[in-house]
Amino acid sequence: MTRYILRRLLQAIPLLLAISIAVFALMQAIPGGPLAAYENNPNIMPEDLERLKDELGLNVPVHLQYFNWLTALLRGDWGTSLVTQRPTLVEIGERLPNTLYLSIIAFVIALAISIPIGIISAVRQYSWFDHVMTTIAFMGHSIPVFWFGLILIIIFNVTIKNPFTGGPLLPGGGMYTIGATASLEDRLTHLILPASLLVIHNLSGHVRYMRAGMLDVLLQDYIRTAHAKGLKERAVILKHALKNAVLPLVTIIGLEIPGLFNGALLTEVIFSWPGMGRLFFNSIERADYAVMMGVLMMSATLIIAFGLITDVVYAFLDPRIRFE
Amino acid sequence: MTTTATTIGQVDWEARRGKQESMLAMTWRRFRRHKPAMMGLGIISIIILGCVFAPLILGFDQYNLPLAVRRQPPSLEHPFGTDELGRDLLMRIWVGGRVSLSIGVSAMLVSILIGTIVGSTAGFYGGWTDNILMRFSDFLLSIPHLFALLLAAQIVRTMNIPELSGGPLPIIIIIGILSWMGASRMVRGQFLALKVKEFIDAARVSGARNSRIMFRHILPNAVSPIIVSATLHIGNAIITESTLSFLGFGVQPPMPSWGNMLKTAQSQMTYAPWVAIFPGLMILLTVISINYIGDGLRDALDPRHVG
Repeated sequence: MTRYILRRLLQAIPLLLAISIAVFALMQAIPGGPLAAYENNPNIMPEDLERLKDELGLNVPVHLQYFNWLTALLRGDWGTSLVTQRPTLVEIGERLPNTLYLSIIAFVIALAISIPIGIISAVRQYSWFDHVMTTIAFMGHSIPVFWFGLILIIIFNVTIKNPFTGGPLLPGGGMYTIGATASLEDRLTHLILPASLLVIHNLSGHVRYMRAGMLDVLLQDYIRTAHAKGLKERAVILKHALKNAVLPLVTIIGLEIPGLFNGALLTEVIFSWPGMGRLFFNSIERADYAVMMGVLMMSATLIIAFGLITDVVYAFLDPRIRFE
Repeated sequence: MTTTATTIGQVDWEARRGKQESMLAMTWRRFRRHKPAMMGLGIISIIILGCVFAPLILGFDQYNLPLAVRRQPPSLEHPFGTDELGRDLLMRIWVGGRVSLSIGVSAMLVSILIGTIVGSTAGFYGGWTDNILMRFSDFLLSIPHLFALLLAAQIVRTMNIPELSGGPLPIIIIIGILSWMGASRMVRGQFLALKVKEFIDAARVSGARNSRIMFRHILPNAVSPIIVSATLHIGNAIITESTLSFLGFGVQPPMPSWGNMLKTAQSQMTYAPWVAIFPGLMILLTVISINYIGDGLRDALDPRHVG
């Protein structure tokens, strides 16, 4: 197992290098470059611009620029935000925990809901429960996430009022009430809507793969054997079928990790959640290159790391993988 | 002598046409059994007819702004209410639908074209060609789609080409070139499975060149899954367009699209929720209909596929 993990870790390095080249190339593709924002500023003289270019190392050949950028990245120097003048790594460090907090909670809830739904749907195939759930999963696949976020706000923030205070039932944005003393209740109420949106975003795919995986496994011979031994239905499904039925779900989770970042970006923009997705969105809006590149590199690293984790989980669930 | 040659070489068009029609008829017969797909077909037909004809028949002037009736809730006169400039929301949805639907279809054409070319090349030639193309597609799949879309939209925006900015063309191209990966894998799979069949050997023996084998012999056999995938691509492209426009990186007002209507709606949700509800409902209705049609097509075109 250790060798398997080590090998996968080594494979991640060329991928990260490729991504860093792509990120760097994309930034080069943006016309004007990182100083475009200053070029039309009347307070900045052309000689100042030249000096800035020198200072930022923009006057050396492109491959050297890339090399300097990469080594600086490895040293922990991720540049400075053009907007806030603070180090990029500090900006990301502030936002990343908020994104992980929201995404991981939503992810765990989505799994906790979708696995039982998928199992029941498969075991009682074509029952009314199965029909309702497959229809909902189908709708979840066709709904624009951001619009559903707006609808959640309209329902739970605008329309339904809190019967005790007369204010909105749930807050429509932010991570906590600004100015109020920190409390668990305040944190939780702010979490409900964005987390629900993310759960719904992840749910439909997971239900479909869990159901399909279970349907597949239930036809296998060893399940019939287990039944023939006289095992209870519950034991057959939970002990024998589940471990194999969950494999397609793990695969799809591995493939969907980049998708989690999409969901996080939309959720954070809609609910003004101070996370990394919104940081990226704002940095694009404001042409803040250092932050843009920083978030891209950080996301790529996280995606690779989470991909590694799903691979390890997969190898743990399915020993055949390790010997490939 | 010549007569025999023509009999052998000549295609019996009469028989072939008859066979093709029965193939179409068979697909249609199977498709009709799929109730949700038939319902989707009905709904999408109504939406397309509305988008095409409603503005023509009832007239639409997007610079006529009856500010006196702005933000009116749904009523008999304005079934979906009016927006912040007094424009009838239903009419804007019909006009916005023209933009959103054409972007959806055009982006699908771009991505299916790229996906088919990449997938057939990779599947047919195999080896390092396959390896490079598939690694590249894996790489694109490992980037969060939305991050890449926003970045690409920003690059186009900073290029500052007046004829293109804010219009549908950049969105079509961006969505198209960032969403072909699924289709390419599917086409590649088809090519891998088909290229080892006997009829391909027969074609090769009879002297057909690679390009002819690829596009005249293999591709027509892979057309069913491509049609299904294309249908699903339309739905996804519509959602992607609306997301980009909602975030302000897509179609720019005054040209309405379902996405940018929702962008302006976001700030007035508290007092005019209908402005946010109806365009999104239209997206949901359209995409779910298209996806059910795709589902029905899959069942109708591929008898082996179950469930």
